[in-house]
Amino acid sequence: MKYLHDIGEYFIMLKKVFGRMTKTSVLRGLIFKEVDDLIISSLGIVVFISFFIGGVVTIQTALNLNNPLIPKSLIAFTARQSIILEFSPTFISIIMAGKVGSNITSSIGTMRVMEQIDALEVMGINSANYLIFPKIIAMLLYPFVIAISMFMGIIGAYMAGVLGGFVAGEQFLNGLQNDFISFHLVYAFIKTFIFALILATIPSYHGYYMKGGALEVGQASTTAFVWTSVVLIIANYVLTQLLLS
Amino acid sequence: MIDVKNLHKSFGSEEILKGIDTQFYKGKTNLIIGQSGAGKTVFLKCLLGLFTPTEGTIEYNGSAFSGLDVKEQRELRQKMGMVFQGGALFDSMTIEENVMFPLEMFTKQKKTEMMDRVQEVLDRVNLKNVNHKFPSEISGGMQKRVAIARAIVNKPKYLFCDEPNSGLDPKTAILIDNLIQEITQEYDITTVINTHDMNSVLEIGENIVYLKNGNLAWTGSKDDIYKTDDKSLIDFVYSSDLFRKVREVQLKGL
Repeated sequence: MKYLHDIGEYFIMLKKVFGRMTKTSVLRGLIFKEVDDLIISSLGIVVFISFFIGGVVTIQTALNLNNPLIPKSLIAFTARQSIILEFSPTFISIIMAGKVGSNITSSIGTMRVMEQIDALEVMGINSANYLIFPKIIAMLLYPFVIAISMFMGIIGAYMAGVLGGFVAGEQFLNGLQNDFISFHLVYAFIKTFIFALILATIPSYHGYYMKGGALEVGQASTTAFVWTSVVLIIANYVLTQLLLS
Repeated sequence: MIDVKNLHKSFGSEEILKGIDTQFYKGKTNLIIGQSGAGKTVFLKCLLGLFTPTEGTIEYNGSAFSGLDVKEQRELRQKMGMVFQGGALFDSMTIEENVMFPLEMFTKQKKTEMMDRVQEVLDRVNLKNVNHKFPSEISGGMQKRVAIARAIVNKPKYLFCDEPNSGLDPKTAILIDNLIQEITQEYDITTVINTHDMNSVLEIGENIVYLKNGNLAWTGSKDDIYKTDDKSLIDFVYSSDLFRKVREVQLKGL
């Protein structure tokens, strides 16, 4: 019953988020701030992780391709498919559930504990719109983060593959272009868009409706990370089934 | 004036407020007092419109909150200022931005006009050279003053304060009490203060509402409180030896 209550409360919150809008001039400033907090500040970690994971995927693929009949270009093909289809959209989103999600839950949760959300409501402000709507809009830029992740992953793969001596540069570039299906990119970005909404709203829900004090803010952040990850994994399965089967 | 009629509030099967009838007057400091768990905070949140009463009405200058449409409720809320127990200042904003916030949200004033008004209210609450500081960089007493400045910046008709002097030293607490009383008279607003500080009760209690177990147990002024023979109120207000002696001296003088 509690799960049903929580799901219902989540959709009520979403209705409130898209209810009465905050003054446009104020909203604009809030959106820029959220873009900085959620998107720009995530770029460093995304670039770092993507580069090295791209390299690791390449090395592991290369080490498992011992058969001389299998062309070396398959290393690049495998790295590309892994990065575009799963690693960048899904794996990075789960990392972002920890980084961005806990940031959202703790910032909104702290405002709840410190009665700042009550202060907004007393002033006649739609607190859900003021706090959550700018985060959702900022997260619409999340596909750009994933595009950068894909690019850096492939750069990492190239560096590890070519500089590590596993595959020649020309073979790698051939493999990278072999059997390229553009719909795979469309699929990856559709996933990313849905994941962005999940990343913005589930942690917001856990912060917005939290009760208690400082300890509960920490617990809410952990719960938000777990549930965001669970929903991401389920959404990933459903979208893959729908779009690729 | 705020007129409360037969106010009930329940959470599930638990009834917190059990039919309160009272008035809060314009230009006066109205105090809600009572022991912890008496229903003071729930009562205040009902007055603020944060909780919907289970039964009964709250009228603001003759208009029942529940009878207003969403737009009218929002307009009424913009006439309310609130000083929260912890200040509820926005951590990521400077003092100046905190105080300017209601003006930015609800007025079409130019930046210079807003800045002038912010400076005016910061001067009124005796805060100097803090405009560009963050809430974490100033003392608890100063935070309360900023919260008062933010509450009055948009010229409200109703000012609500939830334990405005909790956590403050006695001297600062009296300064905050007196400041609220001065502002109430100066702006001619209806001020409702939720407190269990007996210094506040005896200092600024022009209209006191005493709650006990969710019921309205007594109303009167600070002068009436010396003469009351309500045993539970006497036990609550004069719980310390000091206050008992103060009462004895007052009664001898009356």
